[in-house]
Amino acid sequence: MKNTEPEKFGAHSRRTFLKSLGTVAATAATAQVQSVAAELEKANAEKTVGPGAVPVALKVNGQTLKLMLEPRVTLLDALRNYSSLTGAKDGCDRAACGACTVLMDDLPVYACQKLAIEAQGREITTIEGLAKNGKLTAVQRAFWDKDALQCGYCTPGFIMSVTALLKKNPRPTAGEVKHACAGNLCRCGTHPHILQAALQAAGVAATSKTEVIDYA
Amino acid sequence: MPSWPANTKYIGQSTLRVDAEAKVTGRARYSSDIQADDWLYGMILRSKWPAAKISAINLDKARQIPGIKAAITVRDGERTIRFYGEELAAVAGTTKQACLDALRAIEVTAQPLPFVVREDDAKKDDAPKVWEGVANVSTGRVREQGSNVDQAFTECAAVIEGFYTTPVQIHNPMETHGNTVSWTDDGVTAWASTQGVSSVRDALAGALKLDHSQVRVLTEFMGGGFGAKLGGGVEGVLAARLSKEAKAPVRLMLTRFDNALAVGNRPSSFQKIKIGALADGTLHAFEMENYGTAGIGAGADAGGGGGGANIPAPYIYAVPNTRVKQSAVAVNAGSSRAFRAPGHPPASYGMESAMDDLAAKLGMDPLELRLKNDSNEIRQREYKLGAEKFGWKEKYRKPGSSPGVVKTGIGCAGANWPGGGPNRRTQGDAQINPDGTIEFRLGVQDIGTGTKTVIAVVAAEMLGLKPEQITVKVGDTNFPPGPASGGSTTCSSISPTVYDICDKALQQLQTQSGIADARGENWFAACKKLGVTPLVVHGQWQQGLSTSPAYGVQFAEVEVDTETGLVTVKKVLGVHDCGLIIDKLTTESQVNGGIIMGMGYALYEERVMDDLSGVVLNPNFETYKLPGIADVPEIEIILINMPERGVIGIGEPATVPTAAAIGNAVFNAIGVRVGSMPITPAKVLAALGKVPPSTVSKS
Repeated sequence: MKNTEPEKFGAHSRRTFLKSLGTVAATAATAQVQSVAAELEKANAEKTVGPGAVPVALKVNGQTLKLMLEPRVTLLDALRNYSSLTGAKDGCDRAACGACTVLMDDLPVYACQKLAIEAQGREITTIEGLAKNGKLTAVQRAFWDKDALQCGYCTPGFIMSVTALLKKNPRPTAGEVKHACAGNLCRCGTHPHILQAALQAAGVAATSKTEVIDYA
Repeated sequence: MPSWPANTKYIGQSTLRVDAEAKVTGRARYSSDIQADDWLYGMILRSKWPAAKISAINLDKARQIPGIKAAITVRDGERTIRFYGEELAAVAGTTKQACLDALRAIEVTAQPLPFVVREDDAKKDDAPKVWEGVANVSTGRVREQGSNVDQAFTECAAVIEGFYTTPVQIHNPMETHGNTVSWTDDGVTAWASTQGVSSVRDALAGALKLDHSQVRVLTEFMGGGFGAKLGGGVEGVLAARLSKEAKAPVRLMLTRFDNALAVGNRPSSFQKIKIGALADGTLHAFEMENYGTAGIGAGADAGGGGGGANIPAPYIYAVPNTRVKQSAVAVNAGSSRAFRAPGHPPASYGMESAMDDLAAKLGMDPLELRLKNDSNEIRQREYKLGAEKFGWKEKYRKPGSSPGVVKTGIGCAGANWPGGGPNRRTQGDAQINPDGTIEFRLGVQDIGTGTKTVIAVVAAEMLGLKPEQITVKVGDTNFPPGPASGGSTTCSSISPTVYDICDKALQQLQTQSGIADARGENWFAACKKLGVTPLVVHGQWQQGLSTSPAYGVQFAEVEVDTETGLVTVKKVLGVHDCGLIIDKLTTESQVNGGIIMGMGYALYEERVMDDLSGVVLNPNFETYKLPGIADVPEIEIILINMPERGVIGIGEPATVPTAAAIGNAVFNAIGVRVGSMPITPAKVLAALGKVPPSTVSKS
């Protein structure tokens, strides 16, 4: 699961929760009818935007992107299609594959599940923002060295997930790497090399058990 | 006859992928990343009926949506729809949201028709016909060998009968199918997510009634195909037509849902197998009746179920008396397409399961039964090497004799991939510049298998340079023609071609520079003598440097929790041959990938059709389960080095025997056969008699 760090649960505020419930469901909660109604009124009084395009400012890889977006545009769509940052990939548009994983304030999130307007004010890092002045990060270097990619379409997502893990936990176990990458899918079947790459980036030696034996 | 050098510096070693840096930095531009000037989004409206007569499609309201620049129907006039998800119309617009709004505004007048989506239902006499006037079940061919099969069964010491079924599997490459297409007065340019730039060029030119020379297809990076991306596709043609109407480039990538509905799958199989052996284990009689579905057919108009559902039987074994009957069943679902080793994983699963069931009846070790009956010398060697490495003798117990609640088991199975041979018409160029830089141009594509790296490794070896000194350009129909990447043929097609280019380059450099051997340390001096004009060399595939087929065996170890039914794969050992290994590292990646995909086939993957609505019920990853990193077992690989055979493809054989080996390991653990893939916890519990079989969904 992405973006469910305990300290970040506050992002799902009572207001957004009530809004998502809708008026009917909320009023059905009869025990608290009065307070719920008051909260809803307060929520509805806040400024709404859209449905037309609105100005959105995103802080991506240390730079500010100023875009005009309909509020329903996702962060992934904003990155890939309203700027040239196509590194985060669209594999399912449904929080099921992880190819669009980016960091938001150092936490891995599915960019397809964030509206761009929600991401304002957060520090967003995409795969393009990792290497500084052409110098690859240890994670990127390890993915290259261990051949932790085949077609490479899932690779940016895996690299972002591993990068987030190592920021929090510089010496993870194999089990912790697997847990951190549980939200990323790869169809080429590169997983053993991804695990090795993550461990190598953390300074743990990891090698394949492959040997070449002559037939004769 | 040319031959590969005996002592090599790069061939057979581990060379890092030459395009990996672009992939780890996000710089690689996949087909779905192309941002042509003023490009538009394209989207497809698909049928919400599994069968219907369409009498009218009204695009007027869609065209009025702000931002919509083009709206087209797939075909004018009345037409019949044969599966949920068949393409009806398409729109192009300035935003994704405008396109979504436009799709909702299209009015379709349709008369729903009766439909059938399950193989067993489609076989019934009164089933709705998928194709008018054509039976749903193909007549089927009976292939009989030996004097009298029925008599032969009476001569056997042991006979078993089993029913082994395999599901429809969906390719699900991480990048969906699609293209960006730009149609201008100069012609059509398509950035395609494809396994075959040439085949897409020809398909688009044909469908759009253009000359081949007016269509250019580009594929610098693409996100996987596994057999499903060999053609131009309806979506490619629609993108081109939208571009023509909108007078702007159109990017039309399918959704994950679209991918499950309309762009291919592996056919199902329902294999009724009877097999008998003499007392010493020699296979004596074999009978199989198999049917499966390729959806509405393997081709666009393959009435009666089409091809694609037949499988090789009795697979890798020679049985003197055999009778095989196979038929294909048409259902109202998307067509099958080639899928990594077409026909072989289901064939391996059915036959290798029957072998283990027979071994149990004979009281034999199933590995011994294989060694007794498998006449292939390479597989014999692979089984022996693998068994030793795996510790087969120490680990093997009689089926069902593992103690405790969580039972362990082991199994093995063999593969044969008759493809893997070369495309003999492969060609390529190299341009050698006076400064010593060299660029190879081949009209092939790298689908993630490491094609660019193979070109660099072979060139570096032949020219005495380093792989990183070789510039490789592929994925462009303006380059000399290369093979489509299917059948594990790419490596064996391009390696001899690069060999030939290098051979000719060295000869011409010698002539032009006067330096006898232009390789290695002489390279730059020789190139400098070219003066101001680069040398361009053309080469083609040469006989004697590549071959086929490939074999391979795998061993699996599993744990089965008999209280939950959960199967955990602990270890897989793959023993594979692919002739001369070009790059050990990328070979290892492909074998890993084959094993993991085979594991998904064994345990998780299945397209589920709803017989009431005709809809694919699991069209996305939250319900169509792929193996995740935590599911992947310890994988060990032994590569059999046979340089004397030349180059052979490995992508397909590596996925063939995995499911069968895992299925046999489950049988070995619990002592009862789960004959239906995927081997889900529910099916395991049903096999153990812990839940009634009726609660387990039919495949």
